[in-house]
Amino acid sequence: MTLTDTTAVTRRKRRRASSFGMAVARFVVTVVTTFFGLLAVTFFIGRVVPIDPALAIVGDRAPAHVVERVREELGLNLPLYQQFWIYIKQALTGDFGISVLTTNPVMTDIARVFPATIELATIGTIIGALIGVPLGVLAAVKRGSIADQIVRVIGLIGYSVPIFWLGLLALVLFYAKLGWVAYPGRIDIVYEYTFTPATGFFLFDAIWQRQWDVAWDLFRHIILPGGLLGYFSLAYISRMTRSFMLNELQQEYIVAARAKGLSETRIIWFHALRNAAVPLVTVIALSYAGLLEGSVLTETIFSWPGLGLYITNSLQNADMNAVLGGTIVIGAVFVAINILSDLLYRTLDPRTRSR
Amino acid sequence: MSALPLNEKPYSREWLLSEQPTSRHQARLGRAYVIWRRFSANRLALAGLGIIVLLILVAIFADVLAPHNPVQGDLRNARLLPPGTAGYLLGTDDQGRDILSRLIHGSRLTLFVVVLVAIIAAPVGLIIGTVSGYAGGWIDAVLMRITDIFLAFPKLVLALALVAALGPGIENAVLAIAVTSWPPYARIARAETMTFRNSEFISAVKLMGASPFRIILRHVMPLCLSSLIVRVTLDMAGIILTAAGLGFLGLGAQPPLPEWGAMIASGRRFILDQWWVAAMPGAAILIVSLGFNLLGDGLRDALDPKEAGQ
Repeated sequence: MTLTDTTAVTRRKRRRASSFGMAVARFVVTVVTTFFGLLAVTFFIGRVVPIDPALAIVGDRAPAHVVERVREELGLNLPLYQQFWIYIKQALTGDFGISVLTTNPVMTDIARVFPATIELATIGTIIGALIGVPLGVLAAVKRGSIADQIVRVIGLIGYSVPIFWLGLLALVLFYAKLGWVAYPGRIDIVYEYTFTPATGFFLFDAIWQRQWDVAWDLFRHIILPGGLLGYFSLAYISRMTRSFMLNELQQEYIVAARAKGLSETRIIWFHALRNAAVPLVTVIALSYAGLLEGSVLTETIFSWPGLGLYITNSLQNADMNAVLGGTIVIGAVFVAINILSDLLYRTLDPRTRSR
Repeated sequence: MSALPLNEKPYSREWLLSEQPTSRHQARLGRAYVIWRRFSANRLALAGLGIIVLLILVAIFADVLAPHNPVQGDLRNARLLPPGTAGYLLGTDDQGRDILSRLIHGSRLTLFVVVLVAIIAAPVGLIIGTVSGYAGGWIDAVLMRITDIFLAFPKLVLALALVAALGPGIENAVLAIAVTSWPPYARIARAETMTFRNSEFISAVKLMGASPFRIILRHVMPLCLSSLIVRVTLDMAGIILTAAGLGFLGLGAQPPLPEWGAMIASGRRFILDQWWVAAMPGAAILIVSLGFNLLGDGLRDALDPKEAGQ
């Protein structure tokens, strides 16, 4: 090894160390600018797009001095950049203003309704992953067979069907005609006063408190909207699982495992799926984020008292503070899930570690 | 020129598949023919194409095809008739309007939304993506950060907030969906641009003195088109579903316009007894977005055989 070689090595080492620092710096910049951008967009929607936000709040029949007072209260007489600065400062402390509809601070409202949405999206993702992954594996293993075609059609319909329409039809069939599930809502009115949840996640609370009758009632309420969201994430998850599995099954280590005499089941479920699982984690995380969005329409159909219903109710009443607050929260969770899934991917896949 | 075999008549199969096209025209047609061959071998893709062609025909000839007035119904005699009633194939709604006629006229609104969103969002994404990919440096960094910010928003929620600020209406719904649709196109156009920005033909054009503007417009953009078209086609189903969702929430087309999503919303009240009022428009949405999905899948497989079957 010559002198130039060793200096090259140390230089490379130093560059790697600094590139790690750069990566962290870039990561921080990305996160900060994205959240900043989220706020900039919602500020733009709330303050710049409406011709007069004050008028939007008090209505066009309000006397002039009221409009003027509201305008001053909102700080609308300040220059736009100052308004934006105040807006950011407030948003960072979780202050999105007062909801006109409920007269509570928007953040209080969101903290109350968001667990319901999380619960619904979690159930949906669990259903989607538990059914979607095996379906995708099956489709990949039996590529081109009838089973593959069926999985494909299930996925295609999931991509093409309006969720609110399917929800309505499901309600007619399973609630009205068959009576298998409970009516729209989250909990029966009987239990609404006797059941005291410790957290916002009712199903978890009921099981924790061993109130099986409540848990059963909650289950009968959540199964239809949860199953519906599950179907949508299933469509996505099964399609991606199939694609990842096809990719893995072509690899040489599969041939090696076969040559070693391992059973096909073992090869598929332990060797191939384990490697496909790494990108699958990202896919499942993304579908979870997608369900938070899908919950907007689903909650409307099923009167599910979550963030989606809160946003649509506020929309109907021109309650912009609440709409934008909800938008920011969903956007922020969206970003957070994206970042988390990215980090998770890096920790799960050893190949991405030392790069 | 003597290499031209005499048996290749213009526009024959051999002429199209010739390895040595003698004109640009022949080369283009030949490539289109190969893509069409690959596309038409896929039966599902053909079905998708059929659905979309049918949709376009129905929209063009809506006035001729619709048996009744889509906006004004027969309140006295024809309220909430079930499907199959004489003269009302798919039944009538609560205002005595023929659902089939409303669906036929609604196809125009669906096409209006889809085409307009594509016309607005695709060029915006194309310009931002190609400029960003070709320029590189801080222009790229800034444009991609903006793209990522819009990508970070859930589409439907951002569209909801925008329409809430702009006011309900089909034009505003189109605008809102377009604002939420362009970022993926910018990403794709940028990725495509990056793959050939340093290639020799770009250097050659640069040496000939072409301005960056001309290079992007004449040499970069055309090469990004095929993947962009595939992506836009695949997105059309999503656009239709978002538009229908906005319509369902009362933020899209306003009554009495026969927009399919709004029709589902108005049928919601009768869902238990007169299911067809809400079920029929939903089926129409399902069929059309299925058509776009099949078409998009087929186009992707035909234009990009690498990814076929994945």
